[in-house]
Amino acid sequence: MTLYRNLTIKQKQIVWAWAFLAVPVVFYVVIRFYPTGTAFVISFQEWNLLGSRTWTGLDNYVTLWNDPVFWKVFRNTFAYLIIGTPFSLVLSFIIAYHLDKLRFMHGFLRMLYFLPFMTSAVAMAWVWRWFYQGVPIGLFNNILAGFGISQIEFLNSTTNALPAVLAPAIWAGLGFQVIIFMAGIRAIPTSFYEAAKIDGVGWWTVLTQITLPLLKPTMVFIVVFSSIGFLRIFDHVFNMTTNNPGGPLNATKPLVLMIYDTAFNGFNMGYAAAQTVVLFTILLIVSLIQLRLLRSE
Amino acid sequence: MAVTDIRPTTAAVLETKAAGKPRNMGQIIRWVLLFLGGVLMIMPIAYMISTSLKWPHEVYNVNLIPKEPTLDNYTFVLEDGRFYLWFINSIIIATITTISNLLFDSLVGYTLCKFKFPGRQIVFIAILSTLMIPTEMLVIPWYLMSQSFGWLDSYWGIMFPGLMTAFGTFLMKQFFESVPDDFIEAARIDGLNELQIWWTVAMPLVKPALAALAIFVFLGNWTAFLWPLIVTNSVEMYTIPVGLSGFGDEADVAWELIMTGAAISTIPTLVVFLVFQRFIIRGVVMAGLKG
Repeated sequence: MTLYRNLTIKQKQIVWAWAFLAVPVVFYVVIRFYPTGTAFVISFQEWNLLGSRTWTGLDNYVTLWNDPVFWKVFRNTFAYLIIGTPFSLVLSFIIAYHLDKLRFMHGFLRMLYFLPFMTSAVAMAWVWRWFYQGVPIGLFNNILAGFGISQIEFLNSTTNALPAVLAPAIWAGLGFQVIIFMAGIRAIPTSFYEAAKIDGVGWWTVLTQITLPLLKPTMVFIVVFSSIGFLRIFDHVFNMTTNNPGGPLNATKPLVLMIYDTAFNGFNMGYAAAQTVVLFTILLIVSLIQLRLLRSE
Repeated sequence: MAVTDIRPTTAAVLETKAAGKPRNMGQIIRWVLLFLGGVLMIMPIAYMISTSLKWPHEVYNVNLIPKEPTLDNYTFVLEDGRFYLWFINSIIIATITTISNLLFDSLVGYTLCKFKFPGRQIVFIAILSTLMIPTEMLVIPWYLMSQSFGWLDSYWGIMFPGLMTAFGTFLMKQFFESVPDDFIEAARIDGLNELQIWWTVAMPLVKPALAALAIFVFLGNWTAFLWPLIVTNSVEMYTIPVGLSGFGDEADVAWELIMTGAAISTIPTLVVFLVFQRFIIRGVVMAGLKG
């Protein structure tokens, strides 16, 4: 205690700071950094959890490169991204743009769009799975049948299954993006609109010359946020295809599901770790592209 | 009143003349279309709840309002006992994780924001860089770790990866920037120690941020699926999403029971949202834009 009393104010600050940080620093080292290193190390090993770990160099990566399932999964993962991101971006912008112009029951309408964001992916995956069933079970096909339209195979079709699984993921995230867009629109100084009004320019010009350009940071944020979400899609796929995970014929299998399967059903830890390194690399590249886009502001 | 509601809408600026007058046709069409879209958005939730109130023989009808509503499905699902357990597990895990994040994320955020000390920049960058590491990359090492320490199939095992988050730390640091240094100086002169200053001076000033963080962490842990799925083995340790996933398979085609389980897992967050709506939306915007 006397030792502490003899310290200068600056030195006391340093002691307090490190006292506050001690537990968190241990946490970040043990629960974040060390496991990250472990993941890289295991990716160069062969290990089935029970036997010994043997170094195999780049074998796991070579196997992955030559694995047709991996390429199918790779394409699927990017399909989720390439379909999901533009769809949700455009939809959420249209909704936010028009919602911003309404004052009558504004809060109520906003609530309707935001509610799905508060749901759990697992619960909603099961609800949508029920919707997609064939006649006489599924809601969608029952409605189609009511109009005399022939049935659509959703989850059992190799072509329709991926968009069908993606739909609830887009649906659940839409409300969040609408809210972020509206905040972005509100942040645009009203003087811009007043000037536009004085100049008498039309709504299209206002939209394309004022609103959209000034929303660029918001859009970059939404694109990156949703891209990362779609690249990591798992809960929806897993729960909508529990009878045949990632099926039919791997048509819906994303990278995270492949990782889960390889690690916790196949117990091929090294191979799964290599897949996680690939996922990490993909996400890193997407994030770096974001940083670049933001810098060019 | 939410912060975002104070500014006039774009419409208010563009159509000041129209204010007070009956709305023009365009605004009515816009309202109707947005309303229909909104109704469409909540249909999955509405059908989930509606089906959970239907008798088995009515499940395959497309009508939204059950002809003879019944709570039988809820009685059946809850009497089974497992949902009750999973619900308690999820509450305990989400609550403890939320408290841990509120304490540690704000303590670290505060320290990085208000203290000058060697190594500050390194700690900040190190924590921030963990945002780049996806959970999916860590689940295998976490699993091995849990296996060697005997954490598998325990509350601690489910919780430990989420006890602190870089997102929360960053969010709190941003908000502590708005706490004037003078307040902290004044408290020091009054003889408070640093821990007291953090807790009694700084923390009350960032309550909105704490609330936003609490909502995010709680919701995130309530709906978390991948890690709890991996780390739990026994049915008694499942969280609601893991339990529901297995229950869905087991119930097979008893969709009214699956919808009941889904409703049980969803209704609590929906109720919380409906009660604190403005507050939550403001929190989401704050966390989304600042975090």
